[in-house]
Amino acid sequence: MLFSRWFYLSVAASVFVTGAAAEIAGDPKRGQQVYKKCANCHMVGPDARNRVGPLLNNILAAKAAGVAEFRYSKAMKKAAEDGLHWTPETLDTFLQNPKQMIPRTKMSFRGLKSEEDRIDVIAYLANFSGGSMAAQVDAGFAVSAEILAIEGDVEYGEYLSSECTTCHQANGSDDGIPAIVGWETADFATAMHAYKEKNREHPVMQLVASRLSNEEIAALAAYFKSLEN
Amino acid sequence: MKINRRFFIGTAAAASATLSAPMVLADGHTKPRVVVVGGGAGGATAARYIAKDSKGAVDVVLVEPTRTYFTCFFSNLYLGGIKQADDLGHTYGGLAAAGVNVVHDWVVDVDRDAKTVSLAGGATLRYDKLILSPGIDFVDGAVPGWDLTSQNAMPHAYKGGSQTELLKAQLMAMPEGGTFAMVAPPNPYRCPPGPYERVSMVAHYLKANNPTAKIIVADPKPKFSKMALFQEGWADQYGGMIDWIGEDFGGGNVSVDPSAMTVSIDGEETKVDVCNVIPAMKAGRITEIAGVADGKWAPVNAVDMSTKADADVYVLGDASQQGDMPKSGFSANSQAKVCANAVRGALTDSKVFPAKFSNTCWSLIDANNGVKVGATYEATDEKIAKVDGFISATGESAEVRQKTYEESEGWYAGITADMFGAKV
Repeated sequence: MLFSRWFYLSVAASVFVTGAAAEIAGDPKRGQQVYKKCANCHMVGPDARNRVGPLLNNILAAKAAGVAEFRYSKAMKKAAEDGLHWTPETLDTFLQNPKQMIPRTKMSFRGLKSEEDRIDVIAYLANFSGGSMAAQVDAGFAVSAEILAIEGDVEYGEYLSSECTTCHQANGSDDGIPAIVGWETADFATAMHAYKEKNREHPVMQLVASRLSNEEIAALAAYFKSLEN
Repeated sequence: MKINRRFFIGTAAAASATLSAPMVLADGHTKPRVVVVGGGAGGATAARYIAKDSKGAVDVVLVEPTRTYFTCFFSNLYLGGIKQADDLGHTYGGLAAAGVNVVHDWVVDVDRDAKTVSLAGGATLRYDKLILSPGIDFVDGAVPGWDLTSQNAMPHAYKGGSQTELLKAQLMAMPEGGTFAMVAPPNPYRCPPGPYERVSMVAHYLKANNPTAKIIVADPKPKFSKMALFQEGWADQYGGMIDWIGEDFGGGNVSVDPSAMTVSIDGEETKVDVCNVIPAMKAGRITEIAGVADGKWAPVNAVDMSTKADADVYVLGDASQQGDMPKSGFSANSQAKVCANAVRGALTDSKVFPAKFSNTCWSLIDANNGVKVGATYEATDEKIAKVDGFISATGESAEVRQKTYEESEGWYAGITADMFGAKV
């Protein structure tokens, strides 16, 4: 159970990190130094567990208040209910002044005033938001702008998606197979083209992608994006 | 009577458009109706997709006798102690929520001229389209000495639920150093790697709980699905425990005596403690009753899974004779979606997209040691034809095997959500 939850977070994280990775320009090494301020309360890494604060593995892209068995403040749970996810942007705002963003959070930390500190510590945390899907694509792999610009037919995508939903759950749950709901269409299309071109490893996905046309990939990307809630 | 009424409506409609509408209303069926028989991977998926996608424009009735459906897939993991029985049970609340009218009853007759099905409870349902997804039944006399009345002494455990639990109980009650026998089925049958995953899971259980026990498999086939992968795993994990006797060594020349608990393989009689008889299979009996079976299976058109016998009757999954796809839950689910799209298109003029099929079968050799085989398929005039495929390699790392197993767990959650609706 613990393992599957961990996996869930890791894959959820990868969803957003794809879009965000390029924007994380910080220095994770320096971020590790900055992180010492967090380490009194938060653990991160393979043996991390909840302490005063929740463990921070896969924090990027996770829904707020999402770590199992951690007792969050009502305020944090409310923010999660309202849709708060931890992206580099929302984390940056939060870390600047936690109580300004979520006034009744239990996290008693004044915040990181230095933008550089925040960017670096987020880059450090991103290292523990493992299994980034973006990282799986060969560095040189890119899809042409024309292909990415194809507007997907959502209705066709809905039909095609039935081939996906035998394994990938339509409600975005993940029990061992990655969630594919709500991806940015360009990320989705890039991933599918990477499978199609055998630039990303996975025999099932390579087979499925191999017979999808550019239009069909665009349709799927548009449909799964439309499922974002 | 029903024919008269239908005739009456037809005549009224022909005679006067203004009169026909109230007549149809009075008869209580303004909407086209699909009756789906069997709530497994094919039937539940088809019912849910038609109801969900037609947004109320099609009346969908699913007839399924059991209130809790126990999947056959993953039942071997229950035998191995990796899953609990409850993990495999699913109810139909999600289908009802999707707008499917779920009726817990048996279909006892199909009248294709009147387009009605009769239920054991006495009701008669009219249909515009009938989808049969009954799974498998066993061929009488396939294993000499065994018939359905012997299924308590020698379980088949090849339909989910009580048979699986019975086999597990017998496995757990085996004496120390006892013998577990399996009579494997001839092709074609449900879940090609299933018997061999079962052997693996039985061995997994025995290795931990009864390590001097033996497993004998009598097989009428010279080779089987994922054979190299299984044999490698058996040698590595369960050295010496499993004796597989294929066709070349008389594995097909088998008879059993359920009262004496003996198995005779190529003339040699062995006393066994558990005997899992998996007989030759055929389409679920309702396909015969409906007159859409030809021999053991029901031939279908690849483009929409309609039967060769009747364009308004469809057969999904294990019961269908469709071409190259293996009989698996994944295949049935894949075929159901093609069928649902075509049926909805025929009844509501929604867009019908080209048929596309796929299948992947995961098998567990030992805890965290998963392998898979899969392929894509397309509809040709003649059959569902294989396009391309892959299979796990022998000698893969423990890490790859563990990932494959975790993926199979994800697939189980995925397909059951796809069949029954997401668990709330």
